[in-house]
Amino acid sequence: MSEATVSLRLRRVMFWSGIAMLCAWVLVPIYLIALGAFGGRAGVFRWPKNLLPWDSGLAAMQAFLAVEGVWTAALNGALVACLTMLFSLLLGAPAGYALARYRFAGQDAFRMLVVLTRAFPLAILALPLTVTFIRTGLYDTPLGVALVHTALALPFTALVSSSLFMGIPRELEEAAWVFGCTGLQAFRKIVLPLALPGLAAAAIFSFVISWNEVFAASVLTVRNRTLTAYLLTVLAESPLHFRFAGGFLLILPSVIFIFAVRKYLFAMWGIANR
Amino acid sequence: MAGIRIDAIEKRFGAARALEQLTLDVEDGEFLALLGPSGCGKTTLLRIIAGLETQTSGRIFIGGRDVSALPPRERGLAMVFQNYAVFPHMTVYENVAFGLRMKGAADAEVKKQVERAAGLLHIEPYLERYPAKLSGGQRQRVAVARALAVQPAVLLMDEPLSNLDALLRLEMRSELKSVLNSSGTTTVYVTHDQTEAMGLADRIAVMHKGVIEQIDRPQALYERPATRFVGGFVGSPPMNFIDMPVKAGLARLGDFANPVSTGRDTITAGIRAEDIAVVERGGLPFDVMVCEPLGSTLLLTGRVAGQLARVAVRPDAVVAPGDRLNLEPSPGRIVWIDPANGKAIGQAA
Repeated sequence: MSEATVSLRLRRVMFWSGIAMLCAWVLVPIYLIALGAFGGRAGVFRWPKNLLPWDSGLAAMQAFLAVEGVWTAALNGALVACLTMLFSLLLGAPAGYALARYRFAGQDAFRMLVVLTRAFPLAILALPLTVTFIRTGLYDTPLGVALVHTALALPFTALVSSSLFMGIPRELEEAAWVFGCTGLQAFRKIVLPLALPGLAAAAIFSFVISWNEVFAASVLTVRNRTLTAYLLTVLAESPLHFRFAGGFLLILPSVIFIFAVRKYLFAMWGIANR
Repeated sequence: MAGIRIDAIEKRFGAARALEQLTLDVEDGEFLALLGPSGCGKTTLLRIIAGLETQTSGRIFIGGRDVSALPPRERGLAMVFQNYAVFPHMTVYENVAFGLRMKGAADAEVKKQVERAAGLLHIEPYLERYPAKLSGGQRQRVAVARALAVQPAVLLMDEPLSNLDALLRLEMRSELKSVLNSSGTTTVYVTHDQTEAMGLADRIAVMHKGVIEQIDRPQALYERPATRFVGGFVGSPPMNFIDMPVKAGLARLGDFANPVSTGRDTITAGIRAEDIAVVERGGLPFDVMVCEPLGSTLLLTGRVAGQLARVAVRPDAVVAPGDRLNLEPSPGRIVWIDPANGKAIGQAA
């Protein structure tokens, strides 16, 4: 065997083992959580583990869902996430459009600033936010949490939609103007239909961000907990299988949604999606 | 149908001047080509006519109406873009119908006009397809059909053939000409390809660095360029420019002499490659460096008194690199150019 083929084979082994490790890094915890969630009290402590999570049936999951407060919290979480999705799209998509289409002073700085908001630790904001929210009556409301989550999701929506709009040739819009459209009509008839799948992906991504967020949700609510915040408070005094069931329910929407829109999220990081 | 009047249009991008005080009249039904190298401002001018770009100063009239401040949709024009800009999420039919639908035309009228335009451009078989399923040439036809379907007073075209391959370009060129001839639409056509401009246009405006160097009929432009730039840009191979010393009213080089009227002691002779005859003796001494058989002619590249020159001779001429030939330019076809400002002498540039 020549040196070249050895190094080629070695590289291939490295490549695939890297992929395997990355997959395992994500999939093994999910698998273990699923085992715990469906196994019930017995399943959590059983050793060796069952290979399939659902061989002990859905009883454990059903028991978890029957606990008081879980459904309300889940609905609250969904409501907050939907509001976040709506707000971040309404605010982020126009920002993205402006970033993509217009040249203005400080454009690059603005782009950077948008990302930098994510670097700002939320913990520092917790107290002033709480105080402000109590004063304005937003405290302990889904709307209040949704506003904070919107602030968190906005950088993503703005940047994703800006790269989306950049992918739509300006000439298409100009052609629409020439052939009788106002600016708004051209946007609605030409740009929006072309950007819609990507915008949907950005919206779903902000849904997931909100659904998973726990800190702001815990600090800013007392009775109207989202699912994450609710679980955080009850987990400490719950049996292990209960925690697993909660964890599984939390990651499920994210995994499904992200899987559904993965193509567009790749585009967001500048990797071509075709 | 309408003429276009461009009145002292100026465009500045910051400190840079893209267009300087440009005035131009396009007659009703005329096909005008804006020809120039990239960055000469021709596309900017077209986009200002379309209303996609705003002029820094000056006015635009279409059919006598001042449209300077109107948005594109109110200017009564249609445009064909360089990258076609057909809407990918609409069928060919809906693309062609787009302008009519925006005008609120009735379905019967839309159908009639779409079929007429589709017939002109031979795209009837693709009407129900999406643009992604079409080749570049077919998309180009859709873009032209979309423009013609609205029966515009003015048609603007921005290098519409430059994305096509050479053979298709030639085919589309003659087809465009016949379609536009029969429709009689006033057309402004931007191109950097001088053969395209020569072949299509009634008149050509040659632009350079934001000004119009010359505007004239293609043949006149070719034979009597007003400036050295026009002579060098229009025609292939470009015009030869040979500097000659002037003494006592005679431009003289080698055994060639010709009376000229200039106060300077040097003059540039602009001579087309095909306006030169090879003679037995006398004339300009020409040292052949390269011979290129082009089929219809044999193109010789060489030097006249150290200056680069190209000569087209009969394809069966026996010439080899290193030969010295004697050239006799036909005197009536020489364009005398003032070397100081690059303008032709005896012509208003």
